[in-house]
Amino acid sequence: MIHFVVHDEGDSVGVVVVEGVKSGQPLTGWIMDQDREITVQAQNDIPIGHKLAIKALADKATVIKYGVDIGRTVAPIKVGEHAHVHNIKTKRW
Amino acid sequence: MDLSKSSFWGYKRENSRVGVRNHVIVLPVDDLSNAAAQAVANNIQGAMAIPHPYGRLQFGADLELHFRTLIGTGSNPNVAAVVVIGIEEGWTGRVVDGIKKTGKPVTGFGIELHGDHDTILRASKVAKEYVQWASELRREERPLKDLWISTKCGESDTTSGCGSNPTVGNAFDKLYPHGTTLVFGETTELTGGEHLVAERCRTPAVREKFMAMFNRYQEVIERHKTSDLSDSQPTKGNIAGGLTTIEEKALGNIQKIGRKCMVDGVIDKAEEPTGPGLWFMDSSSAAAEMVTLCAASGYTVHFFPTGQGNVIGNPILPVIKLCANPRTVRTMSEHIDVDVSGLLRKEMSPDDAGDKLIECMFRTANGRLTAAEALGHREFVLTRLYESA
Repeated sequence: MIHFVVHDEGDSVGVVVVEGVKSGQPLTGWIMDQDREITVQAQNDIPIGHKLAIKALADKATVIKYGVDIGRTVAPIKVGEHAHVHNIKTKRW
Repeated sequence: MDLSKSSFWGYKRENSRVGVRNHVIVLPVDDLSNAAAQAVANNIQGAMAIPHPYGRLQFGADLELHFRTLIGTGSNPNVAAVVVIGIEEGWTGRVVDGIKKTGKPVTGFGIELHGDHDTILRASKVAKEYVQWASELRREERPLKDLWISTKCGESDTTSGCGSNPTVGNAFDKLYPHGTTLVFGETTELTGGEHLVAERCRTPAVREKFMAMFNRYQEVIERHKTSDLSDSQPTKGNIAGGLTTIEEKALGNIQKIGRKCMVDGVIDKAEEPTGPGLWFMDSSSAAAEMVTLCAASGYTVHFFPTGQGNVIGNPILPVIKLCANPRTVRTMSEHIDVDVSGLLRKEMSPDDAGDKLIECMFRTANGRLTAAEALGHREFVLTRLYESA
């Protein structure tokens, strides 16, 4: 069963695509562009559609999704941790 | 899916454009004329009023856009005939003359010197003639290339970028080689991915025009912003759905133009494209504004991917909604025409999803009502460029 999807293997985050992901749950991810699977343990409860880090990110690091820069971290993010507006901001506006 | 011999059943209009609907509309020029327009539509079964809040004391480019949007709406081949009502005859005549160029039946009425009662009476008589005339028009078989297809997404979430938007992209990649006329827009919602659109422009001249439009809109944001726009762009709904930054939203948005189509040209708001291919329209990212502009540019079918569940429709342009978020498909099923949630479970391939959307497009073009049409969604929202005089 796929719990999250990743666009490209170079991405730092994946998207949860099932409801009810709980902290500590082992999750299977599908990397779409390379069509392979990875596993990550959730560090928080994560709602459907929200992201989790699949690579450890330091504070002020660039976040990659679709193989492209989607913003900067404003706090360190661990693998499996919920990645959203509380720890990522835009670089543009 | 082999589309080389594909056709649909549409209404061929006087100017050879082909519509997929046969509306008789009552179009107010201004806010003051809404009541009369709605009274006419109430009198005559099959006539549809399209009320809106603007049209007074506008000037310059903003006024030009107002006229272009109203004239474009009346000229759209999904419209068989038009009754125009304005507070006075001058601007009413301008809208009538613009629509008349298509050769379709159109008559205008000014309210001043007549009042609402007399205007409603005279306009109702014409609307009745138009409705009966239009009811005898018949669909004929037309090649796929006669279809003009627009796209814009709304209440996106992260499933839009990995499911419903790539489905539109897959369909666009398949429709593009067959001479269809396609459009996308949402200028600010390309922020962070503008370089990817620029790379897809057919010629350096198109790229230059695209970047000029993009940069102009960025200046508008920079001039007026009081924050990083979080909650406005991305919207609160986007953020609730998991989208974090404008860059992330933009990269998901851009999936709608597929992987092969080239951007053949750019158009201003409500401008008509001059040939087939994929066009970029400089436009608002607000759903109803953008879809209204697509209708005014002459598009006849619309692909609308949603994540969290935008419920938009349009008075004259059938809006086909597709969604990959299983929760939205479950909780808002009456709004969704094409369920592509199987993509995220690996139960459906992108190619299957694109085919499913194209199949729904043909059924819609042939006359099947979309969810938004059946639910009575007729959002008609005019874009304003600045304050009235």
